[in-house]
Amino acid sequence: MQHKVIDVKDVVIRFSGDSGDGMQLTGSLFADASAYFGNEISTFPDYPSEIRAPQGTVAGVSGFQVHIGSSAIYTPGDYCDVLVAMNPAALKSNVKWLKPNATIIVDTDTFDEKGLEKAGFQTNDPFTELKIKNRNIIAAPITTLTKDCLNNCGLDPKSGLRCKNMFALGICFFLYNMPLKHTEEFFRKKFSKSPEMIDMNNKVLKDGYNYAGNIQAIADTYIVKPSKQKPGIYRNINGNRAIAWGLMAASEKSGRPLFCGSYPITPATGILEELAIHKELGVKTLQCEDEIAGICTSIGASYAGSLAVTTTSGPGLSLKTEALGLAIIAELPLVIVDVQRAGPSTGIPTKTEQTDLNQALYGRNGESPVAVMAPHSPSHCFSTAFYAAKHAMEHMMPVIILSEGFLGNGSEPWRIPDMKDYPSVNPPIVHELEPDEPYFYPFKRDPETLVPRWALPGTAGLEHRVGGLEKNHKGAVSSDPLVHEQMVEERAKKIELLAREIPLQKVIGEEEGDILMVSWGGTYGHMLSAESQLRSQGVKVGLAHFDYINPLPRNSEDIFKRFKKIIVFELNSGHFANYLRTKFPQFTYLQYNKIQGQPFIVEEITEAINNLVK
Amino acid sequence: MKFTPQDFKSDQEVKWCPGCGDHAVLAAIQRALPEVSEILGYSHERYVFVSGIGCSSRFPYYMKTYGFHGIHGRAAAIATGIKVANPTLSVWEMTGDGDSLAIGGNHLIHAIRRNIDINIVLFNNRIYGLTKGQYSPTSRWGTVTKTSPFGTVEHPFNPGALAMGARGTFFARTLDVELKLTQELMVEAATHDGTALVEVLQNCVIFNDKTHALITDKSVRADRTIVLRHGEPMIFGKDGNKGLVLDGMRLKAVTIGENGITKEDILIHNAEEQNHGMHMMLCEMEWPDLPVALGVIRKVKDRTYDDMVRDQVTEVADKSSIRCVNDLLRSGATWVVE
Repeated sequence: MQHKVIDVKDVVIRFSGDSGDGMQLTGSLFADASAYFGNEISTFPDYPSEIRAPQGTVAGVSGFQVHIGSSAIYTPGDYCDVLVAMNPAALKSNVKWLKPNATIIVDTDTFDEKGLEKAGFQTNDPFTELKIKNRNIIAAPITTLTKDCLNNCGLDPKSGLRCKNMFALGICFFLYNMPLKHTEEFFRKKFSKSPEMIDMNNKVLKDGYNYAGNIQAIADTYIVKPSKQKPGIYRNINGNRAIAWGLMAASEKSGRPLFCGSYPITPATGILEELAIHKELGVKTLQCEDEIAGICTSIGASYAGSLAVTTTSGPGLSLKTEALGLAIIAELPLVIVDVQRAGPSTGIPTKTEQTDLNQALYGRNGESPVAVMAPHSPSHCFSTAFYAAKHAMEHMMPVIILSEGFLGNGSEPWRIPDMKDYPSVNPPIVHELEPDEPYFYPFKRDPETLVPRWALPGTAGLEHRVGGLEKNHKGAVSSDPLVHEQMVEERAKKIELLAREIPLQKVIGEEEGDILMVSWGGTYGHMLSAESQLRSQGVKVGLAHFDYINPLPRNSEDIFKRFKKIIVFELNSGHFANYLRTKFPQFTYLQYNKIQGQPFIVEEITEAINNLVK
Repeated sequence: MKFTPQDFKSDQEVKWCPGCGDHAVLAAIQRALPEVSEILGYSHERYVFVSGIGCSSRFPYYMKTYGFHGIHGRAAAIATGIKVANPTLSVWEMTGDGDSLAIGGNHLIHAIRRNIDINIVLFNNRIYGLTKGQYSPTSRWGTVTKTSPFGTVEHPFNPGALAMGARGTFFARTLDVELKLTQELMVEAATHDGTALVEVLQNCVIFNDKTHALITDKSVRADRTIVLRHGEPMIFGKDGNKGLVLDGMRLKAVTIGENGITKEDILIHNAEEQNHGMHMMLCEMEWPDLPVALGVIRKVKDRTYDDMVRDQVTEVADKSSIRCVNDLLRSGATWVVE
């Protein structure tokens, strides 16, 4: 039968199934194939924290959303055009994300009495029960068809059933006229040691593709044309990997070997894993006995002259709190990466949030400010990590990177930079005493930047002692009231002075006017999409999305002055808004907050603005 | 270059209480370092003294070397980071029974388990001194302190047994009053490849005075302690006529010349035996049943963590085609947009 091929600007596909169904892989393969095809992409995994929650239940549903487009894509998309549901539970838990005209692909084999019951359906007609009876539903017995396909070519159907996700992927590839080449190449590499696995996956993928071509349920297919991208070499990258690579880049530029002391914690573990495989560039990783040892080994490594980093999520940052104070008072460079997740306590480990900002800014004893930066997209994690390490080493202080689960696990295509376009990193390493020093003064500061020098153990003549006790510039322990006050002020000032080096804050859209939208971190894509939608509807707003939180860019106040209303959007109860209130109390800050462990949806942002305009 | 103890003294005023056992340990280490330096070919800048919190943790300020006075309990972790980052340094951790067996217990056992090449000197005075007299994880059962006015109701840790349990490669014990032995053990520890734990039974004159006096008092010391030396019989006593034998599964103190016991019946100490069964028994000896063991109880060869980390980096680098970050960024799946 002849299909009509319809051009579409963008499409959102949500792959969902049991957490053992391989939905993360399926989604990633679709995303990769689209990227190779030349589309813009953004992805978002949405999975439960249980590795294998009870099979077939709503709690065990794992999802992976892919947004592809022929022009700029900033978010993984709010609602989906296609939902792949490998079982009734997946259908049930994702029905709220369907666009009105969405296509639903289901594996009917799983929609038996037992499957429906496990998913908590009352009747044997889930579609009516969910009020989606009249949608475009591709009901395929995917399990049976996969079995048949494997039987026909003499492969063991039992072990092969695990690749039924590839059958579903084949259907999607057909639906969007996507070439199979890239995925076949993936199988060849992944299973290079077991050729029968290559055959099995290829066969099932192709059968899914052909099956879709033969059935009546698909009247038309779609194509998302390649986008016009800047020439260059591209790759897909997720935020966790980008952080790891950014740190390695700073290590190379500074000549300081990279050390990471860390403890596994969702959703940050990917950074430690990524660093652990790159020993070829001299990276040393130490999986510690706990979070505290993670930061303390890093502080030790920093003292010994490494670019030291510790990676964690919110609960881990809480544990590292005291040691972070030590790095502050000992004035040692250190990068702390917090890939935020929903809290408090264990909270919802796999869900994204921006609720650690207060902790990052204020969560320590004593006067202990710390520099805080926040990446705004998966690939932006690279330069954020690079600059965090640069600032930490050049200013001899800890820098916190507030990433988010949404960024760490989300991915997007990235035009690979050339390291020659990145600046040099010049840590203030000292080799000998200055003429006026009888012995090394560890807290003697550069008068311009207030930065002390980095004297590495092993350097003759610079022996000195640092530590958690307050000291004077010469390094002697001191409880002199005025010395303490001066050191506190100097450590704070050192961070403030960093503002001279960081880029000015940009405003997207209107440079002045009625409404300024303010945001930070991983909400960037949604904010940008909202701004562009509002503009197309004739609503004029400006968007100031902050990458630097402490210090703030030095033109922040000027920007706020130019707008009548300021509204701060955050995935928390208003941490950044409150911070701005303390920094610039002369302005009124409206708030839009969401604390559901989920990213914003563009619609709620535009709605909030439209309500404000009314 | 030849050094003297004076070369390792910093200009800082030593602020421990008069009569504190810490003074003797400081003197012993300052006397040991010239010898260590000669053996290893090191000078001042190669030494880093790391500490946590407590009286003994003031130690780094008094050494004319690199020093890091950390936070409570975390010295082992800080020292580990320093050693992994720069394995050419001689890294020393100065810690107490509260610092390393209570708040820092986790870091201590994992440092030992990894066999990272650092020297840990554990000042055991069975009390919290700096916070003015609360019981510690090594306080004996029933110890009356400010926080245990009716006596403690918990078992004390035996640091040696803990080290054996964590598969430690080196454990030695000394007394603060045995300056010469302490000095000798510091040299042994410093030249051992791997985690070397030296327990110093040390007196706190203010809050737990004479806690070790039952064995350290000069009049009884020879009869109530035994200095173990590798390859030599386990003989002790002021007359040199007491020894240790195996009695079934237990150690037993005997007198040579009594009940038909001859010198040949006495056990020979083997600190280099991989199996730690005997070492564990020696660590756990307590007076009055048995003499308290001093000297090097265990010293066995094993690979160190810092060496293995370094070797892995070299090995992987040799095999990899990635030579710089530009290579890394372009590795794996990429595509070109013309």
